[in-house]
Amino acid sequence: MAALCRASPRFLRKPGLCRTARALSSEKHEYDLLVVGGGSGGLACAKEASQFGKKVAVLDYVEPSPKGTKWGLGGTCVNVGCIPKKLMHQAALLGSSLKDAQRYGWNVSYPVNHDWSSMSKAVQNYVKSLNWGHRVQLQDKKVKYLNLKGSFVDPHTIRGLMKGKETLLTAENIVLATGGRPKYPTNIAGAREYGITSDDLFWLKRSPGKTLVVGASYVSLECAGFLTGLGLNATVMMRSIPLRGFDQQMATLVADHMEGHGTRFLKKCSPTKVKKAENGRLRVTWKYLDSGKEKSDEFDTVMWAVGRAPDTQTLNLEMAGVKTNPATGKIIVDARETTSVPHIYAIGDITEGRPELTPTAIAAGKLVAQRLFGQSAELMDYDNYGCVGLSEEEAAGRFGADHIEVYHAFYKPLEFTVAERDAAQCYIKMVCLRQQEQRILGLHFIGPNAGEVIQGFALGIKCGATYSQMAKTVGIHPTSAEEVAKLHITKRSGADPTVTGC
Amino acid sequence: MEAYDYDLIVIGGGSGGLSCSKEAASLGKKVMVLDYVVPTPLGTTWGLGGTCVNVGCIPKKLMHQAALLGQALRDSRKYGWEFDQQVKHNWETMVEAIQNYIGSLNWGYRVALRDKSVTYLNAYGEFVGPHKIKATNRKGQETYCTAQTYVIATGERPRYLGIPGDREYCITSDDLFSLPYCPGKTLVVGASYVALECAGFLAGLGLDVTVMVRSILLRGFDQEMAERAGAYMETHGVKFIKKFVPVEVVKLEEGMPGKLKVIAKSTEGIQMIEGEYNTVLIAVGRDACTRNIGLDKIGVAVNAKNGKIPANDEEQTSVPYVYAIGDVLEGKPELTPVAIQAGKLLARRLFGGSNIKCDYINVPTTVFTPLEYGCCGLSEERAIEQLGQDNLDVYHALFWPLEWTIPNRDNNTCYGKVICNKLDNNRVIGFHVLGPNAGEITQGFGAAMKCGLTKELLNDTIGIHPTCAEVFTTMDITKASGQDITQSGC
Repeated sequence: MAALCRASPRFLRKPGLCRTARALSSEKHEYDLLVVGGGSGGLACAKEASQFGKKVAVLDYVEPSPKGTKWGLGGTCVNVGCIPKKLMHQAALLGSSLKDAQRYGWNVSYPVNHDWSSMSKAVQNYVKSLNWGHRVQLQDKKVKYLNLKGSFVDPHTIRGLMKGKETLLTAENIVLATGGRPKYPTNIAGAREYGITSDDLFWLKRSPGKTLVVGASYVSLECAGFLTGLGLNATVMMRSIPLRGFDQQMATLVADHMEGHGTRFLKKCSPTKVKKAENGRLRVTWKYLDSGKEKSDEFDTVMWAVGRAPDTQTLNLEMAGVKTNPATGKIIVDARETTSVPHIYAIGDITEGRPELTPTAIAAGKLVAQRLFGQSAELMDYDNYGCVGLSEEEAAGRFGADHIEVYHAFYKPLEFTVAERDAAQCYIKMVCLRQQEQRILGLHFIGPNAGEVIQGFALGIKCGATYSQMAKTVGIHPTSAEEVAKLHITKRSGADPTVTGC
Repeated sequence: MEAYDYDLIVIGGGSGGLSCSKEAASLGKKVMVLDYVVPTPLGTTWGLGGTCVNVGCIPKKLMHQAALLGQALRDSRKYGWEFDQQVKHNWETMVEAIQNYIGSLNWGYRVALRDKSVTYLNAYGEFVGPHKIKATNRKGQETYCTAQTYVIATGERPRYLGIPGDREYCITSDDLFSLPYCPGKTLVVGASYVALECAGFLAGLGLDVTVMVRSILLRGFDQEMAERAGAYMETHGVKFIKKFVPVEVVKLEEGMPGKLKVIAKSTEGIQMIEGEYNTVLIAVGRDACTRNIGLDKIGVAVNAKNGKIPANDEEQTSVPYVYAIGDVLEGKPELTPVAIQAGKLLARRLFGGSNIKCDYINVPTTVFTPLEYGCCGLSEERAIEQLGQDNLDVYHALFWPLEWTIPNRDNNTCYGKVICNKLDNNRVIGFHVLGPNAGEITQGFGAAMKCGLTKELLNDTIGIHPTCAEVFTTMDITKASGQDITQSGC
């Protein structure tokens, strides 16, 4: 029956016929591997599997956002995450460079205007080139790509839907990698109707104007941050603490820096309603949690950044018997990324207890393929993924405050000197075990190019680096990164951690 | 037992000298530092702090930053920033800002020495006999002092070519960073990192720059990386004249700058060429300042060829109470952080009961050319020489920084490679990266190499996305495989 479907493709277009023809038993399936979700994890898995000569298909489908935004192949990272985010962050950084440039002798008259449309067009064009690149890559690797919304019919069969038309696909192994989507608040009038999310922000053709970003996640702070940098009036509304889950001292420094550089913060309050004003703008009312007092203001754009939910509702997981965590909706997996059903796997943002990061999804996806088809037994190592290791709170919690030593420093990047930029929040801290060689438990860095700085040190931490080894490492001069190797003042000593001179 | 005036006298107030003296003072010793800058042939001089602060790392990186900002200005238009004026650079504004900053550092050092009760003399020190030096200040006044222990940290100064017109008309890095007028059309002679870094930022500021190279670029560095760094400069406005050496510099016109004519000879034949430039910058190497400080009077052995001082692994010279650190030291990297580290550890060994020696292995460094080159460990040539090609796996990758996509800047130009020793668990023995922020990237990997980084650990580590550094966590193509490393997409 499956053979019928395979040999005569036109049968696939006749749902009735194919339904009766579907294979339920251990007959040969159409695909060795079917990946549902064409994002970072899904694509990495599919491409890796194809190297082993397996028959692989990827389904990818983007449900338009409430505002109607949709995008191509590549998932969150490429379309509405890391990539456009970093590019807009770069645009904002270039705004600072324009300011610095004058001090370094360039005759730019500051302030300079920023044109959102030309930036968003450039970003969108680049993203589209990536969508195209992914399609070409899949083609080159002979992975079948189907722009269909997938859901389970039974453990080995997926129904693909597109504009009401149905296709049935069977596979020996299935990998779920449908990722997540931004949450909308459920109890705020007008939230869905008038607000946007990160799904929409990166595709706006016109400037968002005066923007309210609701949330304290990295999504919220990153977006508000670059909006400010581009010259827009941006406000962050936080219910409690910034960057929950991150080292709180660092989170506070990050928020302080933003506040000192033009982002407005509304703290300890929550929006109650969003209405459209007569002039076309949005009037947001919010309530302060301590006092109960209410205030309101007008914005051009309201963006919700209050968390993301796994995209598992429409997968019909019950038809396959795949279990999720009822509290989060995420799929429960073991150390091999296997779900409650032996031949069904899950990777990336939809999995319970895993970091929601592109490179982990990619790595996990590749390993799944290697274990399935490549005789590999290697498991994904999720420890020390967070390139920074433990926060100070976590370390103190785990080992006791008396058993950790925290080295720290306030430093000033050389490039800030001539530019007369404020370096008050440029700060580094290294959390170590107190005894003997002082193994490094966590490293935290605030400053320019933090990602570039931390990557190598993450390697060091993976090698079991100790404070003494760090102290033996000669710095590269002049850089900001060398300040990590030069750390020598402990919090315990109470001494002034400001770096002075060469 | 004689009583000496000081426990320690340090000759040279640069990176090494200041670090050593401050550390010794914090250990309770009576310390003196002598620092004196012999003016350049053109009369340039500077304050306390040594080469790095005044005519090295600091002004170099700031001018490099000024050049990078020029590029950023061009990129910013593609990111939506609107300005249509032709952006020009004003040299004097930049030099003034940089010199002000350096001035604050000079001041800061004087205060730091005072705070630590280190005696500072702005005088030229030289040995006149065992344990005794003469210090001559600017006015010619002489003072004599004695000390139990001496540290020589006099550093180096740029070498001249020894051709007619070089000292009279040419400048060196000693003059460039405080030049009160824009150098204009410049010829840089040399292929050192000094030559390439200076040529690089001058071109980035909009000047017409030519580099005259006798043979290879960045001698001593990995040659593949050197060539890539040079190639980038060439495609970004720096002209190269290869296999020529200047034989005469003639002044054509007075002025600030004036006009000079350079006559050069081919290294491979009889061909001669001529060129006109506003400024000629000589960057053909640096000589140790050991010739006129009386070392012969007390018997400190000096390498006659290069003037450097040989020392054991505790920085001790042939005379037991005399030590040497920093650029004057034979066989050690000429880097500020090395000098600082050596100085500090030496003081601790001399006066603090420590026995920790300076670890000179796997010192990471970065060349701040327009496309920066960071490295730690062995060059590929050295690795092949030491271990044999068959015992190495060289992983490499081209990468395209995300920030370069929108302004359409070169893809498949930034490059990284790791050299692994197959005989030792695929230990990473060489790390090389050519790309933006190379220094920031390399530092952490340098620390990791000190902890015994292997290829497997690199593979096991998750990358930070999107960054340039993450490319090192996903490198899976070896040179030996011959596979194409051309990039295409996320």
